[in-house]
Amino acid sequence: MSRDAILNRVRTALGRAAGAATPEAPPVRIRIPETIADARIASLLTRVEALAGEAVRVDTPAAARAWVAAAIEGKQAVASNAPFLAECGIPELAGVRCGLTVESELRGLCAVAGVGITSADYALADTGTLVMLSSPREARLISLLPPAHIAVVPSGRILSGLDELFATIPLPAGETSSMVLITGPSRTADIEQILVRGVHGPGKLAVVVVG
Amino acid sequence: MTSEMHRHIHETLGDARLQEAVYTATGRLKESRIAAVAPDVLPDYQELRTQAHALKKHAIENLDAYLDEFERNLEAHGGKAVYCQDAAEVADFILGLARERGARLIVKSKSMLTEEIDLNERLEKHGLESVETDLGEYILQLAHERPYHLVAPALHKTRYDVAEIFSARLGVPHEVVIEKQTATARAVLREKFLAADIGISGANFLVADSGAVVLVENEGNARLTTSAPRIHIAIAGIEKIIPRAQDLATFLKLLARSATGQWLSVYTSFLSGPRRAGEIDGPEEFYVVLVDNGRTRLLEDPDKRQSLYCIRCGACLNACPVYRKIGGYSFPWVYSGPIGSILTPQFMGPSHAPGLPFASSLCGACAEVCPVKIDLPKALLELRSEVKIADRREGRGRWEKLGFRLFAWLMRHPRLYEMAGRMASLFAPPARGGWIRSVPGLMNFPPLKAWIDERDLPPPPPRSFREMWRRR
Repeated sequence: MSRDAILNRVRTALGRAAGAATPEAPPVRIRIPETIADARIASLLTRVEALAGEAVRVDTPAAARAWVAAAIEGKQAVASNAPFLAECGIPELAGVRCGLTVESELRGLCAVAGVGITSADYALADTGTLVMLSSPREARLISLLPPAHIAVVPSGRILSGLDELFATIPLPAGETSSMVLITGPSRTADIEQILVRGVHGPGKLAVVVVG
Repeated sequence: MTSEMHRHIHETLGDARLQEAVYTATGRLKESRIAAVAPDVLPDYQELRTQAHALKKHAIENLDAYLDEFERNLEAHGGKAVYCQDAAEVADFILGLARERGARLIVKSKSMLTEEIDLNERLEKHGLESVETDLGEYILQLAHERPYHLVAPALHKTRYDVAEIFSARLGVPHEVVIEKQTATARAVLREKFLAADIGISGANFLVADSGAVVLVENEGNARLTTSAPRIHIAIAGIEKIIPRAQDLATFLKLLARSATGQWLSVYTSFLSGPRRAGEIDGPEEFYVVLVDNGRTRLLEDPDKRQSLYCIRCGACLNACPVYRKIGGYSFPWVYSGPIGSILTPQFMGPSHAPGLPFASSLCGACAEVCPVKIDLPKALLELRSEVKIADRREGRGRWEKLGFRLFAWLMRHPRLYEMAGRMASLFAPPARGGWIRSVPGLMNFPPLKAWIDERDLPPPPPRSFREMWRRR
């Protein structure tokens, strides 16, 4: 069997016996800077804007709802089942479909919707990144198929960066089958190095920080 | 150097548009990288490189144990590991699975390993449609060409080339506006994503403690490839293993910065198995194909192992003065640039392209930018020595050897050396455009001719350093 053949070749090449003890790996390198919440929020907004995304901070869930309502006016939108979106009252907005549990329906709607609305499990301040853990509450396609993506994120979920993310969830596989980090709108520079946004994923990204 | 390689080099050097395209594109990537690792934006850059090197070294030296751990964790989350020794085994596995599931259409995201094994051709021969979805790779698939650069595969194509390719192959109107070309690709490929039965991706990292595949990209095509079809197959070289998810805090900070100068790529996917209970979307089946295809041969030599640390960022290509002149297609295999010069002879055997390790000035720019600190110049020197040892065994290179003996003898006799220098300037062939490019009839015998064919020499100065020194 190829498995054994390959593993045997690996062991022979390395001079290791089957089941030989593995020396300790180099210690994990995690460095979390001391930051205050306001600085993290400011950094997140600045970075998202630097990536040509839209970024806004609002005080209350009601204000988030109003912002989203204005942004999707006249468009069809699909919202995820994230409890925080419900808390903001976004599923009740005109033009928003929510509460989907059937894949074919989700696909069909995402393929035609103008906007996908999600929350995010975390956001990373230093790179302007959204961290999405897929689950029954957050489907993958909502932040992927529509040409625009709006993420509504409570300010308490903003971490300083990658190091804090992996300190918070050292084993993402224990929580989800898919963790996706989104840093700016979809882009390509494959033709003549000219930057074009929205090649396969959303070309427009908006992050609404609440609180 | 093979005549094929020679021909590509001369073609590239003679093509002013291509020279400009390669030089500007690599220059831009190079500048972006420098800005993204500058001390004020990434103060611990050097420490991160040291850590990345240590992690890769450790993972490769204990590869069997980490593969085992990866497999256990992958299967605990419902995924399946499939080991394949070579191209044929990979194709057989995919063909078999496609037959069982009645699959016909495959969407693919970028993977160098699948280029290595010509996967698309193998699948298409058996009636499967396999579509590349990265914009650059899609253009090349339509044009039947291989990637020109590790991270910018269609670097050599202009918008006019793309207009030709799209109108010829897709039957769309001739269109030279890049935004509109991109929109065309989006529309055509969107249909494919939604109709595909299988998504095939590569893997930037395999995470042992999670059984996870990590994919890094900007377009969203890898996300679609791994989210929309019912089956996801990730194809990865066995050397992609890293020990822990937490090590990504090191690698992710280096990869995008070294590749394009982005702090993070737009999308980083950490995928561990098929969709779980209650999830609305995501693949129902998840396979990770672990491929050897020559990698275990590289493991045997403790020095050569280093080339398995490569994370395919392409920084060495952009930094290399040779790549920036001769371009990607002058390299004989899918991997080009400095990393290609050390991977190709090791994978294909030193006789496949014996000139390759010599196509370098050994300036060290590649080693300086490598995020995992591979000692590329040292590897090139070792490969050169292998080629020469093989030459000697087969009785080749006698003239060259004699030449170098003569040179060594001259170097040990200062007076004679000086005289030889004077003779050389007396008999030097005439320079054209400031360089000596060929030797005249009398001296045009094989060793000298072969030597000058691949080199331009500056004409000897009117006065040697020694003379100037005496007259100072």
